[in-house]
Amino acid sequence: MSKGVEEKEPMFSLKNMKLLWGPLNRNNPVIVQILGICSALAVTAKLKPAFVMAVSVTVVTAFSNLIMSCLRKGIPNRIRIIVQLVVIATLVILVDQVLKAYVYDVSKQLSVFVGLIITNCIIMGRVEAFALGNKPWPSFLDGIGNGLGYGLILIVVAIVRELFGSGTLWGYQIIPQWLYEQGYVNNSLMLLPPMALIIVGVIIWIHRSKNRDLIEK
Amino acid sequence: MESIFNIFIKSIFIDNMVFAYFFGMCSYIAVSKNVKTALGLGAAVTFVMFITVPLNYLIDEFLLQPGALAWISPKLADVDLSFLSFIVFIAVIASFVQLVEMIVERFSPSLYNSLGIFLPLIAVNCAIMGGSLFMQQREFLNVGEAASYGLGSGIGWWLAILMMAAIREKITYSNIPAPLRGPGIAFILTGLMGIAFMSFLGIQIN
Repeated sequence: MSKGVEEKEPMFSLKNMKLLWGPLNRNNPVIVQILGICSALAVTAKLKPAFVMAVSVTVVTAFSNLIMSCLRKGIPNRIRIIVQLVVIATLVILVDQVLKAYVYDVSKQLSVFVGLIITNCIIMGRVEAFALGNKPWPSFLDGIGNGLGYGLILIVVAIVRELFGSGTLWGYQIIPQWLYEQGYVNNSLMLLPPMALIIVGVIIWIHRSKNRDLIEK
Repeated sequence: MESIFNIFIKSIFIDNMVFAYFFGMCSYIAVSKNVKTALGLGAAVTFVMFITVPLNYLIDEFLLQPGALAWISPKLADVDLSFLSFIVFIAVIASFVQLVEMIVERFSPSLYNSLGIFLPLIAVNCAIMGGSLFMQQREFLNVGEAASYGLGSGIGWWLAILMMAAIREKITYSNIPAPLRGPGIAFILTGLMGIAFMSFLGIQIN
């Protein structure tokens, strides 16, 4: 652990910043690599749980990348999956206990989805694809970047669903009362699970129209 | 008995892993390009769930729940190990998947080759972990209910990935807007199928 930052290049060099910001757009784990949708979409009916989930996943991704990158030379290849699972599961238990202690109501809403961070493909995927072949500091940045990229999609979906589904954001009323008196009705379909999938589909559509080289043949 | 059957039907159609909870979406999107691999993966997932959910139920019941250790000695009655459940569940699942992989490799090399990389990846399929976590949350009364929940959820996932693969094989001939091709249309289709599955809401067999 003590040799964490040892590279010659500055800590925030252009290359490292690319690791941090790339996943927000061009390399987004959710809409480009199609990873980690599993546990994500069910928590996006409201903004607050989505935000807490995004932060939790970012923390777990960053630290699992950091730890696995520190350990990468000492682990035999055959048992690495088990070691990864143990590291990730330990981090998730820590996150779960912290959430239970400080934001109990959100932790209740997230229910099993905190536990499912363990099987979130982004975390495993980043450890396998990046942390096992890179130094700790870039791995840490890569973890944060991918967590943020995941969080970005979660928050966009949550904003759309909460705004149109309940007329609120973060629990505060956004759609004014006079609109309801004019006959505006909340679209409760937005709160049902299938709409989350359709919103992600539309986000992919918009994103790929802007980045045409990502289009599949 | 009715209750076991009811749990089975409910977990296939109403609480469908894919359409209601989005579990196992990564492999669902990645592997649903043709029916044959979807069939194999679905079968493997169903089998693993059918075994691991009741196994984790027993572990939860006799080791992890608050007071579960009372059967060893009354002194342990106030021990609460439930914070360990994530790590124990994933360990059970990962080792069972490893076991299945070894058995399949030994006795049916052709199936082993056709499943390829997806077999070990079942360990991190959210549907399986999700099944165990939901089992813990729903507090089933006995191991039979847990087993029927595991089997039903597995079949529900199998059904979803099969239908998706069949649809995606068909739409390769359709004229989809270019940016929507691949995962984009798969998401929207899954959403529409989810809406269709909502028509099963309220089914109860007593």
